[in-house]
Amino acid sequence: MRILKLIFKNALRHKLRSGLTILGIAIAVFAFGLLRTVVSMWYVGIEASAANRLITRQAVSFIFTLPYSYKEQIAKLPGVEEVTFMNWFGGVYRDKSQFFARMGVDPETVFDVYPEFVLAADQLDAFKRERNSCVVGADIARQYGFKLGDVIQLEGDIYPGTWQFVVRGIYTPRNKTTDATQMFIHWQMIDERMRADMPTRAGEVGWYIIKIKDPARSAVISDQVDALFKNSRAETKTETERAFTQGFISGASSIIEAMNFISFIIIGIIMLVLGNTMIMSARERTREYAVFKTLGFSAGHLVGLILGESLFISALGGALGIAITYPMVEGFSQAIPKGFFPIFIVEPGTVMLAGVAALIVGIAASIFPIQRALRMKIVDGLRFIG
Amino acid sequence: MANSIIQVQSVSKSYFRDTFEIPVLRNLSLEVHEGEFVALMGPSGSGKTTLLNLIAGIDRPTSGKLIVNGTDIATLNESALAKWRAANVGFVFQFYNLLPVLTAFENVELPLLLTSLSKAERKKHVHVALSVVGLADRMHHYPKQLSGGQEQRVAIARAIVTDPTILVADEPTGDLDKNSAAEVLTLLDRLNKEYKKTIVMVTHDPHAAEKASIIRHLDKGELQ
Ligand SMILES: Nc1ncnc2c1ncn2[C@@H]1O[C@H](COP(=O)(O)OP(=O)(O)OP(=O)(O)O)[C@@H](O)[C@H]1O
Ligand SMILES: [Mg+2]
Repeated sequence: MRILKLIFKNALRHKLRSGLTILGIAIAVFAFGLLRTVVSMWYVGIEASAANRLITRQAVSFIFTLPYSYKEQIAKLPGVEEVTFMNWFGGVYRDKSQFFARMGVDPETVFDVYPEFVLAADQLDAFKRERNSCVVGADIARQYGFKLGDVIQLEGDIYPGTWQFVVRGIYTPRNKTTDATQMFIHWQMIDERMRADMPTRAGEVGWYIIKIKDPARSAVISDQVDALFKNSRAETKTETERAFTQGFISGASSIIEAMNFISFIIIGIIMLVLGNTMIMSARERTREYAVFKTLGFSAGHLVGLILGESLFISALGGALGIAITYPMVEGFSQAIPKGFFPIFIVEPGTVMLAGVAALIVGIAASIFPIQRALRMKIVDGLRFIG
Repeated sequence: MANSIIQVQSVSKSYFRDTFEIPVLRNLSLEVHEGEFVALMGPSGSGKTTLLNLIAGIDRPTSGKLIVNGTDIATLNESALAKWRAANVGFVFQFYNLLPVLTAFENVELPLLLTSLSKAERKKHVHVALSVVGLADRMHHYPKQLSGGQEQRVAIARAIVTDPTILVADEPTGDLDKNSAAEVLTLLDRLNKEYKKTIVMVTHDPHAAEKASIIRHLDKGELQ
């Protein structure tokens, strides 16, 4: 009890020094947490992409469309279980800052190809029946308070005009890594209006998503799909969803690697910061440690005192750092474009890693002062003039 | 004749700096009997502190035998020696060496944390010790809220709280004004006479030495 109190009092002896150290650790732990979150969310995005889905896009660029007629041809290939397609609808809800992905989809197939978007059967039926209905993800439903039967009005940009959709379904994510921030509308609805207003843009889809029976055959089927449309006006490029996701932000992965590396450098830096504080404190207390020894306190007691103080400071800094990580990551996730990371949350694993890092820092920073205190001879310690 | 409580037998002590030997005590013998109050005097650097540290078991002789309170302390290992110190010796230093973050009460309580005494018993012992040194009313003060003389009396309370047989004091009045020094010396005298503590005190001050029953002079590592 007394020893704990002494640890506590020792840690607060130089309030400014300890305070700055704690703050330094907190900032470092937060930076670590944020970087780890970016890194882990990046991999979550890749992991979340299914191995049994292929993406077929226009060979030149993702931004060019493909004819709707391809759907039937692809579906006929052996090994293809289901084909669906999407269009990036864009549009503005209220104002430009209210951003979430809006997709023109094929209601008949989209939820078969994406089983991770869980939608109740009656809601799916309602969605299929009504041309001007939509399905929204649970996350944006929560964020904007969308309920079944609500009307969402969008100002079109890619597809000009004013659009209104009745919410007929709210899908929930099957697992934590599923993106529940999308809005699905009928591709047919868009296509009808294009047919009327801009006939050249009718009958076009953004990209195809192909569900295959055997992930091992993804390369073969990809080649077969692309062979189908070779020398047509819209050649295709087909790859697995995973490869697609990775390539989508290609170049980013080396930045991610750098972040990964830097996150651990930061831990090294706080080790030095706390180490420095502990060495200064322990040095000033040389005589006190000699007195402890003189009075008969054991090596274990000294280890407890020094390690305890170091852990106390690192734990406080770590806790503070973790506490600020949550709101900061939340703010960060608001600031980055939605599509970049399907989800952006602090994982328990990240918190644990940050906690363990703070613990290791606390232990490592005390090693040198402990070693010094234990080696010190009482007579030398008593003669020490700090 | 009372029992001999400290026997220093042909003790030599050298310090080593790198390979360089600095001889401090040369073949020194000394005997102190139970209940004696010994003053060690001598010029600076003559080895007084070194001798005191050997007797108190916080340093080890290079050669020779040290029997203190019935134990051949030169043969004990570190942890046994630490336990022996806690049980047998009370320390008073020139610069008090109180922990600044602890109150007078907590400083005095410190050696008792190594015993099996309950909290209530510890409290009782601390009260007694602080009463003996006349500072029971200051127990919640921190060292920096006390005068030098009061700090030294708290340090003396810490030295006697475990009721050790022997008190060692290295220039206990060296940093005090005359009045405070006199108070501390009177206190040591009382501890010697009333509480039968055997005291070995290093001092430069002839007035301080007068309180002792025996004065020994040390010069260049040899007793005169
Ligand atoms: N820990 C040590 N390491 C090396 N040399 C030491 C050590 N302690 C003491 N000495 C040397 O031993 C000699 C005697 O020192 P000691 O402290 O015993 O003298 P002293 O009589 O107590 O002197 P003072 O009156 O100044 O306190 C000195 O030369 C000192 O430099
Ligand atoms: Mg000395």
